[in-house]
Amino acid sequence: MIAWIAILLIGVGTFLIRASFLFAYQRIDLPDRAERALELVPAAVLSALVVPRFLAPEGAVAVVGNDRLLAGVVAAAVAWRTENILATILVGMAVLLGLGWLPELVSLIGAVSST
Amino acid sequence: MVGVLPFGLVAGAAAVGEGLSVAQALGLSTIVFAGASQLAAIDLLGRDASLAVVVGTALVINTRMVMYSASIAPYFERLSTRERSLVAYLLTDQAYALSITRFREHDTSLWYYLGTATPLWVVFVGATAVGAVAGAQLPPSLPLEFAVPLTFLAVTTPAIVDRPSVVAAAVGGTVAVLGVSLPFNLGLLAGATSGIVAGLVVDEYDETTTVPTEGES
Repeated sequence: MIAWIAILLIGVGTFLIRASFLFAYQRIDLPDRAERALELVPAAVLSALVVPRFLAPEGAVAVVGNDRLLAGVVAAAVAWRTENILATILVGMAVLLGLGWLPELVSLIGAVSST
Repeated sequence: MVGVLPFGLVAGAAAVGEGLSVAQALGLSTIVFAGASQLAAIDLLGRDASLAVVVGTALVINTRMVMYSASIAPYFERLSTRERSLVAYLLTDQAYALSITRFREHDTSLWYYLGTATPLWVVFVGATAVGAVAGAQLPPSLPLEFAVPLTFLAVTTPAIVDRPSVVAAAVGGTVAVLGVSLPFNLGLLAGATSGIVAGLVVDEYDETTTVPTEGES
């Protein structure tokens, strides 16, 4: 239920943001500094959202044994080189899944080689 | 330029992965129709964040569209209220970028705008449906919700274009990590705010140090 309320509120709020200047009574130019602050919003907010998801996926900062951090670093390199969303997602997912399967793979190889 | 198709797929799959219904995934894409804010809302809803945090974060991400609204408004002054409402509803990063280039060089046309904005809507909503339905079929062991931070990674990288945005992202991310255990997602708020302020400070500093040399040349 909270999800639907959130969806409606975000929808109404976003429409008002988009409509703001389209419905202004006269032409208003945004002040330079306001425009620069708005330009910085995506970099600051997205980074504040995303960095903890890799560095502290369980709620506390973790570096050793943190598969998501490693997957994130590889995905960041892909994002930087390709600027391709799909490639970034697929590589990041593949690394995370691969790291998850790694222990099983290692024990499997160990079992096979010992026989 | 952000690809709409993968964005829509993730918006659908991640919503289902975080426990939302297919209808709610489609509700987000049709009612909100702003990918980055949707993913933030999905991510926070999945973490049981409060309604205020979910709505507030999503809207802050969308404040950048005030800029688009202000920039595109002069070209649509003569339109009726209904037409301007349609323009507003369909206003996205991509529709804005494609239209404003055209309007500056050629004539303004509502049809050109709708011709770019409507296909974006169709592809995005269609991809959401595919992503949500496909996501519901995939085994729950698959960490689908990890697609959200990965998508943000892909979207954040092009947003980091100059010194101020590098500083904004670095400070925003660092402060958010330091404040990760704070209640009410205050770490996110503190990170976002300090990132923007730090970026503005650097911007101001760059301006005061580079302008005189430009004036001399």
